[in-house]
Amino acid sequence: MIRLVGILIGLGFAFVVLLSFVTGAYTAATEEVAETAEYAFHEESHGPADGYSFDGAFGTWNYAQLQRGYQVYKEVCSACHSLNFVALRDLGQLGYSEAQVKAEAATWQVPGINPDTGETEMRQAIPTDYFPNPYPNDVAAAAANNNAIPPDLSLMAKARHHGSDYIYSLLTGYQEPPARLLEEFPDAAPGPGLYYNPYFANLNLAMAPPITTDGQVTYADGTEATISQMSADVAAFLTWTAEPTLIKRKQTGWPVLGFLLFATILAWLAKKQIWSDAKPKRRKD
Amino acid sequence: MSFPWAKEYTPQNGLTKFFDEKLPLPRFVYNAVGAGYPVPRNLSYFWNFGVLAGFFLVLQIVTGVVLAMHYASNTQVAFASVEHIMRDVNWGWLMRYTHANGASFFFVVIYIHIFRGLFYASYKPPREMIWLIGVVIFLLMMATAFMGYVLPWGQMSFWGAQVITGLFEAIPLVGPPLKTWLLGGFAPDNAALNRFFSLHFLLPFVIAGAVILHIWALHIPGSSNPTGVEVKGESDTLPFHPYYTAKDGFGLGIALLVFMTFVFFLPNTLGHPDNYIEANPLSTPALIVPEWYFYPFYAILRAFTFDFILPAKLWGVLAMFSAILVWFFLPWLDKGPVRSGHYRPLFRKFFWFGLIPTMAMLFYLGGAPAHEPYVMLSQIFTAYYFLHFLVILPIISSIERPDPLPYSITEAVLGSDKKAVLGENAEPVAT
Repeated sequence: MIRLVGILIGLGFAFVVLLSFVTGAYTAATEEVAETAEYAFHEESHGPADGYSFDGAFGTWNYAQLQRGYQVYKEVCSACHSLNFVALRDLGQLGYSEAQVKAEAATWQVPGINPDTGETEMRQAIPTDYFPNPYPNDVAAAAANNNAIPPDLSLMAKARHHGSDYIYSLLTGYQEPPARLLEEFPDAAPGPGLYYNPYFANLNLAMAPPITTDGQVTYADGTEATISQMSADVAAFLTWTAEPTLIKRKQTGWPVLGFLLFATILAWLAKKQIWSDAKPKRRKD
Repeated sequence: MSFPWAKEYTPQNGLTKFFDEKLPLPRFVYNAVGAGYPVPRNLSYFWNFGVLAGFFLVLQIVTGVVLAMHYASNTQVAFASVEHIMRDVNWGWLMRYTHANGASFFFVVIYIHIFRGLFYASYKPPREMIWLIGVVIFLLMMATAFMGYVLPWGQMSFWGAQVITGLFEAIPLVGPPLKTWLLGGFAPDNAALNRFFSLHFLLPFVIAGAVILHIWALHIPGSSNPTGVEVKGESDTLPFHPYYTAKDGFGLGIALLVFMTFVFFLPNTLGHPDNYIEANPLSTPALIVPEWYFYPFYAILRAFTFDFILPAKLWGVLAMFSAILVWFFLPWLDKGPVRSGHYRPLFRKFFWFGLIPTMAMLFYLGGAPAHEPYVMLSQIFTAYYFLHFLVILPIISSIERPDPLPYSITEAVLGSDKKAVLGENAEPVAT
């Protein structure tokens, strides 16, 4: 009885889903699928030509690069983008001394409360403060940016597929929309206040190209500030902000795997030893 | 119950004697997973996955309790509290990555455990109750994992919760009020997050209780084995300890090597980048997908696109739940006398060339975007899924001619069994 009911239910579900299949197949056969501009023109992100120091299972931080990336964030990105989850004290992890962190923190202004009057006011930041938000709230951020709120950058490198590469590609990927795009997909042409970038999900981005000229930032360590260099540096810095423990994680992994491998080999030998009396050889017939 | 030749626990000293008299916990453990539990001697490494599942349950509870000490279940701060764990809590990143990937590996292990049960038909008498409790555990795990994924309050947390609770809306009449009641509002918000946290903390202990029942039910008939022939005598079994503790210990080592490779080197591979964006009810992600371990059932849900008498969405919801509920009826759908797929030529073909590719494809299609050819493929494989369990299995189990079975486990392992040689029962017996 159960089996009969089961067969009926099984045939029922199969019938209904195959009805869906038939209607779907009919639609697919009769209607041409319109190719989308995103599908035709979107490009996969890629990192800088020589890769990043933190790539791979043995990666390490390049502190000079992280410091340069911080400088690019500070001088370019921070005008519009917040870094909400990162504290100024965290800069100590980039190779700055305690005094340097204090001095660096003092270059930022954060909202505070006047201890005498209780009025809100801007004050010099100290290392325990978090990076200040460039806008007091989302409404102000939208109002200042053609209605597009600049996203927080703390986690950007983890919030996109291959985030470190994505940031680099996006920053170096601004270009004129290709003629074929304007011909075949006139609707996909960048509207007012939008900029064409094939690495962005829907091709048109509200952020104006932020890094436009070589030498836009004057690096303290004398590195030549090409567009590609600045983009790679800030991508590295944002990889650090997204996961400050990235390198510690990889470096912890090796001893853990080594220990487990050792323990597993011991477990294998123990297993062999214990089973040696339980598994007599098959009798040969 | 156990076999008559099971070793008896004998307390060795004053302390263990004292315990054995007042609270025989050592005796209980000895009989459950010690030398007092005789196990078929021919178990393959596929029988390792029950122990592995137990390990991952404990791991999830331990890491979860620690995470709960630092997490705040309030929509205003939940996302930031997770970042606090990642950045400021000592080894917090390790706890969180272990917990997030631990959930994935718990499901990897459970899927292998379930499909081992399907191939060897472990659900057949006398082990129906073990199987039924197992399916309940799987459902509890799905609920727990789903609610756990909502807690970080990222974009996929929010929109996943929106889609999954939206399924209840498809139920006629009571659907919309039911959804509102479940969420404590019209959309996932603080009330939902708080109750999900509460339940996410509670359910693992319910699972642990169900696991105890699962193991209790297992110890009544004893473990199944790859031949599907029941234990006939002492030579068919070995004590669980040290033989299977050693074997499972090695298996656990291998599992941990793979698991830790993910935790330390690929911790975000099994997750979704969108969940590192804080939940925003005003911005819908381009592609909403659940965690990978729900993909087969998500593919079945999305396969129904045609309103046949009932709305397509309701068909999808019914089919998705039925896809798991059908497992409850397997002991009565598959009536063949032989258990193990090794001795069932027809069953074996449908298993390897039907069910396994279907599951593999449904896993792939559940994460694919909702357009052609993915939708059409998921429709074909959804149809096969239901036909396999509800039509093919009942039919082949009644028409199939099984291969001859070995007389006993001992014969299967050693090539001969004294009793068989003596001719006590020369014919292969189906049990």
